[in-house]
Amino acid sequence: MNFEFSDDQLVMKEEVRKLFEKEDSVKRNRNILEGDENFDKDLWNKVVEMGLTAITIPEEHGGIGLGFLELCVVAEEMGRAIAPIPYSSSVYLATTAIINSSNDDVKNEYLPKLAAGEMIGTFAHSEELGTPTSDNAKTTFQNGKLSGEKIAVPDGDIANLFVVSAKSGDKVGLFLVDADSKGVEVSKAECFDGSRSYANISFKDVDAKIIEDSSSEAIEKLLNQAAVLFAFEQVGGAEASMNMAKEYAMGRYAFGRQIGSFQAIKHKLADMYISLTLARSNCYFGAWALGNDAPELPVAAATARVSATKAFYECSKENIQTHGGMGATWEFDCHLFYRRARLLSANIGGQSLWKDKLVSSIERSNLPQ
Amino acid sequence: MDFNDTAEEAKFRKEASDWLSANAEKKEHSRDVYRPAEMTGEGGESSALQDAKDWMTKKYEAGWACLHWPKEYGGRDATAIERVIWAQEESKYKVPGGFHEIGQGMAGPTMMLYATEEQKKQYLPPMAKGQEIWCQLFSEPGAGSDLAGIKTKAELDGDTWTINGQKVWTSGAHYSDYAILVTRSDFNAPKHKGLTYFFLDMKSPGIEVRPIRQITGGANFNEVYFTDVKIPDSQRLGEVGDGWKVALTTLMNERLAVGDASGVDFQEIFELTKESDFNGENAISNGGVREKLADWYCEYAGLKYTKMRNISALSRGDTPGPDASITKIVSANKLQDIANFGMDLMDNASIIKSDDKDDIRALFQGSLLGAPLIRIAGGTDEILRNIIAEQVLGMPQDVRVDKTVPFNEIPSGSKN
Repeated sequence: MNFEFSDDQLVMKEEVRKLFEKEDSVKRNRNILEGDENFDKDLWNKVVEMGLTAITIPEEHGGIGLGFLELCVVAEEMGRAIAPIPYSSSVYLATTAIINSSNDDVKNEYLPKLAAGEMIGTFAHSEELGTPTSDNAKTTFQNGKLSGEKIAVPDGDIANLFVVSAKSGDKVGLFLVDADSKGVEVSKAECFDGSRSYANISFKDVDAKIIEDSSSEAIEKLLNQAAVLFAFEQVGGAEASMNMAKEYAMGRYAFGRQIGSFQAIKHKLADMYISLTLARSNCYFGAWALGNDAPELPVAAATARVSATKAFYECSKENIQTHGGMGATWEFDCHLFYRRARLLSANIGGQSLWKDKLVSSIERSNLPQ
Repeated sequence: MDFNDTAEEAKFRKEASDWLSANAEKKEHSRDVYRPAEMTGEGGESSALQDAKDWMTKKYEAGWACLHWPKEYGGRDATAIERVIWAQEESKYKVPGGFHEIGQGMAGPTMMLYATEEQKKQYLPPMAKGQEIWCQLFSEPGAGSDLAGIKTKAELDGDTWTINGQKVWTSGAHYSDYAILVTRSDFNAPKHKGLTYFFLDMKSPGIEVRPIRQITGGANFNEVYFTDVKIPDSQRLGEVGDGWKVALTTLMNERLAVGDASGVDFQEIFELTKESDFNGENAISNGGVREKLADWYCEYAGLKYTKMRNISALSRGDTPGPDASITKIVSANKLQDIANFGMDLMDNASIIKSDDKDDIRALFQGSLLGAPLIRIAGGTDEILRNIIAEQVLGMPQDVRVDKTVPFNEIPSGSKN
């Protein structure tokens, strides 16, 4: 048995980690939060230069042709670095949707541009507050034209390519829209995590290409794939939060001693570590299922998603608590992780939705063995 | 990432599986367990004890006992990953167990490090063969989590030690042949400096074993009283006053030996929610119930895959992490919560006590009563959290007021 990433994958992880440390990604997160830019273009360019937008794209389409396992280790570092760039939207969501597609024309045209970072993609899915499902989509596709309103589109004001969920006949499929097409209207929305950008988008009789219109399963599959990748981001963010709490507790003295020597603090840290370890182990199984396109993916993705969401929430909130009053100031970085944790908890459906999906998947698969 | 054995591991697995299928009865489903022919005795032990001894002897004679021990002491010189593979294969069979863990898992490794060559040759092979059972005389009424606070007194006269005092929570003392024992040989030295460690024959004159009835109704634990019990100095393990160091060796092995809490788990509550009626529909249709199921599944799966990551580390030849502490904290609390929630779902039916082992109620009731013990035995939740914080995360020890003063000046025990 080898339930671990390969040495090559771990080297890659280390390289990405070094990049973000060298570029002080957490500081850049704050700059975006406090400034007028909607993402850090300089950091994005460095990520593109390193080839990180090309990982899962086949060589024939201008990519590196590695697999999802490599993307998982990169995702963990994206989370640790709370990078203020549209990486998840473009890579986990838009790129994966196109890779999944059976439409070769779409692949030939867009994958090389996504690989080279010339285009930034995203997934426009949600239509109203709450949890989006493939059943209630009001956006429609007919005769090559797409119409509807999408809300809270991640990086919607940054992307120049939208993967859009829409009803076509009695199916809900995935369609592709160029952002500069006639009839597209983007309105930027203020985001709870100001280091990331969101927008509401209106489509009026817009030209659209078919990614997948023969099955409603395509959306579920895409969300499951993305769930594993986001879970790795969450684990990275959770570990960073736990480490911040630990370092502070070791250096802060009260009552004549390090606060990290008090059991009230040590047990808090132990609980963070437990939550993080369970989430990481579930993510590893998610990575295996994702990498092998295994029938276990729905259960594995939901398990990774639910436990990683829990871990990041717990670690980011208890990190603030460990810091005391300073932890709740704008000046300290704790809230950057707390905001990101909240964003990642909601972005592809909230915790209650994924818990329900998890139990449904277990019921369907007759797991566990 | 893959779940397959290496060629060598597959060969070992086949060998283990072949021997097991020729010598034991395979389980028909995961809840299918070995059942003793009769139940007798204070602790509820039974023909199970003799069956467990005989099964161990059978394994010993075929080279499947104490796998990782050196061959000369009755083991197989197997690797850590082979030990895991054996455990995986053996768990597919209905075989008796639960009596040899303290001897083979804790006393054995300690003897291996501290006993003389002659003693190792005398005691370890019979321990591996399984006809002799060992217990661990560590905790006392005033020293549980704070183990170094023990007061059982050891006095040396010539070549013989005399022991007086009391131990408690000693699993299996009533059927044990030998024991490992920590005593205080110097009450004027600081707490951790005055301890001395021995092994002894449980049939020595002056030992009295009294069972403690647990909240489950069973009595597997005991109080053990010592009145002028004689131990030859040759049975001392480690130096005089150096017993804490020896005890830490034993405790380190205890943490490795402690595994999943046994009792109801995700499968049982999942099945129960599918069968139980809740306002006219199956409980599993209820949103609140589904949230709980999801949480427990995440813990169940998280522990399962954490174990796999540990096995991978073993397979690469790495030392396993301290994740046994995580396993015990998470699984014991999950067990307690699942048992409690399951009984809640059974509604008034759960109030009626059932002793029928095939009745699902008995399983949940037994788990609810057993869970508190599991959260305490072998390191409480709180001690294990300290271990994670200190040994994994590298956080500082609590400030101690008892480390440098003479032991006889430290307050201890209950004052109410």
